[in-house]
Amino acid sequence: MRHTRRLVGLVVALMLTITAAACSRPDSQEETGRVLNIGATAEPVGMDMITTSGAAIPFVLLYNVYETLVKLDADGNIRPLLASEWTDSADGTVYTFTLQPDAKFASGAPVDADAVVASFERARSDAATEQIRSQWDVVDTIEATDAHTVTVTLRKPSNRWLYDLTGSAGIISDPTATDLATTPAGSGPYRFASWEQGSHVELTANDAYWGTAARFDDVFFRFYSDSNAMTTAMLSSQLDIISNLPVPTAVDQFSDASRFTVYEGSSQGEVVLGFNQENKALSDLKVRQAINHAIDRQALMDSVWGGKGQLIGSMVPPTDPWFEDLSDTYAYDPEAARALLKEAGYEDGLSITLSVPTLPYGPTSGRFIVAQLAEVGITVKLEELEWARWLDLVYTKHDYDMTIVAHVEPRDMRAFATEGNYWNYDNEQFNELLRQADEGTVEDQTTKLKEAARVLADDAAADWLFLLPNIVIATTDISGIQANQVSMSFDLTTLAARN
Amino acid sequence: MTTLRRVAVRLAWLVASLLLASLLIFAATNALPGDIAQIVLGTNASAGEADALREQLGLNRPFLARYAEWLLGALHFDFGTSYISGRAVAPLIASRFEVSFWLIAFGMLLAIVMAVPVGAYAAVRRRHADGAVVSALSQVGLAVPAFWAGIWLVIIFAVKLQWLPSGGYVSYWDSLGQWAVHLVLPVLSLAVVQASVISRYVRSSVIEVTGEDYFRTARSVGWSRSGALWRHGLRNIAISLLTVIGLQLATLLVGAIIIEQVFVLPGLGSLLLQAVGQRDLAVVQAVVLLLVWAVLLINFLVDVAYQVVDPRLRRTAEAPA
Repeated sequence: MRHTRRLVGLVVALMLTITAAACSRPDSQEETGRVLNIGATAEPVGMDMITTSGAAIPFVLLYNVYETLVKLDADGNIRPLLASEWTDSADGTVYTFTLQPDAKFASGAPVDADAVVASFERARSDAATEQIRSQWDVVDTIEATDAHTVTVTLRKPSNRWLYDLTGSAGIISDPTATDLATTPAGSGPYRFASWEQGSHVELTANDAYWGTAARFDDVFFRFYSDSNAMTTAMLSSQLDIISNLPVPTAVDQFSDASRFTVYEGSSQGEVVLGFNQENKALSDLKVRQAINHAIDRQALMDSVWGGKGQLIGSMVPPTDPWFEDLSDTYAYDPEAARALLKEAGYEDGLSITLSVPTLPYGPTSGRFIVAQLAEVGITVKLEELEWARWLDLVYTKHDYDMTIVAHVEPRDMRAFATEGNYWNYDNEQFNELLRQADEGTVEDQTTKLKEAARVLADDAAADWLFLLPNIVIATTDISGIQANQVSMSFDLTTLAARN
Repeated sequence: MTTLRRVAVRLAWLVASLLLASLLIFAATNALPGDIAQIVLGTNASAGEADALREQLGLNRPFLARYAEWLLGALHFDFGTSYISGRAVAPLIASRFEVSFWLIAFGMLLAIVMAVPVGAYAAVRRRHADGAVVSALSQVGLAVPAFWAGIWLVIIFAVKLQWLPSGGYVSYWDSLGQWAVHLVLPVLSLAVVQASVISRYVRSSVIEVTGEDYFRTARSVGWSRSGALWRHGLRNIAISLLTVIGLQLATLLVGAIIIEQVFVLPGLGSLLLQAVGQRDLAVVQAVVLLLVWAVLLINFLVDVAYQVVDPRLRRTAEAPA
């Protein structure tokens, strides 16, 4: 018996040790300074947004570590940042930027005209991704006129180019940095500290920042591939912010207003039911119109996305100046859908395959659409594809009939004008409107793009199911959260903690 | 056959299995659908760019040449570079291995520490109500998946009581206290389920041992029940326990993959899942190879230990046929 008691004693002692260790709350970091913990779903695959694609890199680094000559404010307007001012020539082809004289990189090196030219040349070199390089297509020459002035000459006027300069394509990196792929180096209020792959990216305050000082000593972007793990981390006080809640039905868990504030804004992510217009039936406008009429988008959004989001009706989110609510172009009307199908010669029915990626909105929206299209006599075979398979079959090989995917890039209406786009959509009138919008005045841009969005909607080029909401959760002592996501950045410069 | 020869034969089998496993893994990962070049380049790449990248990654070379090169590299811990991030795979795996190692080591240790007294108690008191309750509880534990235990532990200790973090990992270099605190819940979730399994074995072994002649002899010369069990029974139990632990280590590896997801631990399991999703084949191959080789090696070691530890087995093996 004595031995048993000793063994039991040992076990109890061990358990007590673990419990004692457990009861010291994980708050030691908070004592050392102001720390901000942000939960995010997508982890960057690299640290250089010029050479590596993916929205997760600018999400963490843009405006925080890297700065641009001009930036987007919370309302989507272009504002000065590293350029104190800029002018453009009467014909809109020569831009002259005057740099902030005080601006310097975290290393202490000045942000001068040479650094800007070097960064821009890198962004249009072969080292850059196709996506970045294409944004520089319109540029002819980049010159340092003097130490603080840069002149960029375009081949033709382009509204798009100045806008693109606010994103990844326009970042100014430190020319003294040795390896931007592992150690990003810019002039922002935060410095890159570390990247623990599979876990987090840590940024620390850049004490030598030329502008308004950073309000946090340390910022951690923590990555969660499982959204449940992210919500429990928030509920257990490990996070201060959830940068974008991927599952809207989880919002209810944050209903305690004494602890959390929920911000519901709009994102740039259009969930598109795309039609492969090489498919014989889907090349027929009447069939596309019929499908648009047959789907109750409000009911779909209510059932698959908890009613969060917005009906848009074309490829434009409400934060763009040329937004117009076109969601009634083809209102829910099964009767009209049946009539259109009959006119198109499909009164005896039609069979189509719907290939959806296994992303949160894919299969659920897919099942809803299968049921609704069955009502009007369209038999839909639902095929669920893992993301890598989707990219291969649908995006690259165009081997599909219909698909659903969220297009999250800002101002991505032009995807319908890209040669070889996966919808096989080609409309000369639409392409011409986009060209005129790019080369005209800012006013022209708005009117022409409004018109272009209407062309897409009338043409039933796709069925815009809904716009993904941007749901941000923060603890009540965090202020300055931007509800609408207008840029690719999770901009830390507007955030502060009350305590 | 001598013990040495038997071990040598098993060693030969081990090497053959390791090689076969590596070939299967390489072939299977190559057969995965989805074009790696397209994934690396994202949704804005041209066909020409994808072809150039495939060429650069050497994906156009013959299968056997790529396999041989990969295996030779793996044998001296060179697993190539990640297709996605362009970083070397070996240091990536090393940093992830640390997390999984502690999770599995502590999970197993805690499971044994809990299972041995619980199992023995359930056996000794099997004719009493308390023994039956303990036995029934461990039966329940058997039915519970580790992730489910994990979710409940998170709800209670992280969300409601806020005593412990719900996930994440801090290296012991950074803070020993934080390191321990972050491991408590995941280790507990793994250990609770493992302890249930192992305690069932302990219970039946103890019941068996207490029915043996030598145990009755010990009792008849004046040893108390627990004294006899401690002195004579445990050594015999240890042998079967060793086998169970070896076998359970393999299931623990799989359980750890899921637990790492639940608790956002940057271990080998979460690395594997992430890499599969991104079609980062170099990483997938390396992690799967290590996991499979670890299981094969554990089984081999248990086998050898069994040969060495159990004198009865050795004697029958050495007896002429």
